[in-house]
Amino acid sequence: METKVLIIESILVLFLTLICATIMSIVERRVLGLLQNRYGPNRVGWQGTLQIVADMIKILFKEDWIPMFSRKAIFVFAPILSFLSLFLVIAIVPISSNFVIIDLDIGILFFLMMASLSVYPVLFAGWSSNNKYALLGAIRATAQTLTYEVFLGLSLMGVVARAQSFNMIDIVNSQILLWNCIPQFFGFVTFFIAGLALCHRHPFDQPESEQELSDGYHIEYSGMKFGLFFIGEYISIIIVSSLITTMFFGGWFGFGLSAIFWFIFKTMFFAFLFILIRASLPRPRYDKIMLFGWKFCFPLTLINLVFTAFFMLCKA
Amino acid sequence: MSIIKILVSQIRSIWLTFINIFSKRETIMYPEKSVYLAPRYRGRVILSRNLNGEERCVACNLCAVACPVGCISLKKSISKTNRWYPKFFRINFSRCIFCGLCEEACPTAAIQLIPDFELSEYKRQDLVYEKEDLLISGPGKYSDYDFYHFSGVEIEGKKKGNLDYESNPIDVKTLLP
Ligand code: SF4
Ligand code: SF4
Repeated sequence: METKVLIIESILVLFLTLICATIMSIVERRVLGLLQNRYGPNRVGWQGTLQIVADMIKILFKEDWIPMFSRKAIFVFAPILSFLSLFLVIAIVPISSNFVIIDLDIGILFFLMMASLSVYPVLFAGWSSNNKYALLGAIRATAQTLTYEVFLGLSLMGVVARAQSFNMIDIVNSQILLWNCIPQFFGFVTFFIAGLALCHRHPFDQPESEQELSDGYHIEYSGMKFGLFFIGEYISIIIVSSLITTMFFGGWFGFGLSAIFWFIFKTMFFAFLFILIRASLPRPRYDKIMLFGWKFCFPLTLINLVFTAFFMLCKA
Repeated sequence: MSIIKILVSQIRSIWLTFINIFSKRETIMYPEKSVYLAPRYRGRVILSRNLNGEERCVACNLCAVACPVGCISLKKSISKTNRWYPKFFRINFSRCIFCGLCEEACPTAAIQLIPDFELSEYKRQDLVYEKEDLLISGPGKYSDYDFYHFSGVEIEGKKKGNLDYESNPIDVKTLLP
């Protein structure tokens, strides 16, 4: 009986994440419109509510073309991996104190592993497409990964040190008095930046950059394979937002309303922040990103970690 | 230090973008709300008529020559009244760039560009406009202009020298004063 409930719960969470990611593709366009003083899609159905159906029909019926010059197996494999790599991370995110799919003791390590895996689909896609633009996109993705992966892990270590555990539930419980975003402020900022880069979101969308590379690593993809990349991006936004919520903003804690509401509300807020940043910041050159990552964010995380350690020693 | 400045400016631009939420949307909801186009807007190409209802075009081919994309094609014919007119007049709007050069070139003010841009069709072939699609019943922008009233060209009912500012032509074959 227990396992049955668990399985149903897991499927429910996965499906909800998927549906949220699909809906986000519309929400993002509407919110971008709001931020840029225009409307966004508002023609299909009442206020554009059926746009999502139209997009589905379009993406399902598009020709799913595999270029004859590509490495076929890897070409097909890349979007699947891209879709799954961060999607599976939702399993370790505690939605409320007793609602988590797998309660891993190494939760954060699992996330870091999946985050490192998520560069492979980009590389695979870029290389197997056999297209110069795609390859350039993949190379940029590599440069970016070299930059943000370093402080992605380090920025979380302060949180881990405070909670004295890699377990997500323990981390949330450690924030019962004070949310981590205050004592770990620099950790939060750097994690947020690394999260942006992890999702290839603006301004860190060099691998895709429509203007220069006309879509970067997924230029040869069409139909549902492109859809997987596309939805994958929104899934990673949701995942990273939910991780920021759990690690720095006290997960399900909140006053008055139910735990799940607070969790979803905070996650939605950070997803909104992602869109807001997309609307406002220009895309820097990729060597500037490396410079920023190595010379600013990386030292900042180290300082943050050292200070955390120092205060914890003082307390002990 | 400069990196702090950059960060501050980025946070400022994020904030400035955010407060746009509260400002008015600028989009014109086009099909519901029609667009104002200036009277000189260069949209659809028409052929006009003069005040007597005769078509103005004299099939001189100047517009077809001036057209940079070569989308006008026409053929001259002569009517019973000794007046030139286009036998067919065809504009391929899938090529037209609405530059207005044909209008500049036309000596009779027949071809004109009017403020109408709603030209979409489902089939490419439907964008080829024939004379009956182009010809309107009115005079367009230049209401009182009639080419034959200003030029010395002879047609039925108007000999050379008939216009009040014209002198009668000199017969070069006679010796009489
Ligand atoms: S507007 Fe320009 S392109 Fe169009 S028919 Fe006239 S001359 Fe040709
Ligand atoms: S439209 Fe004007 S320029 Fe073109 S053939 Fe007729 S008279 Fe000549």
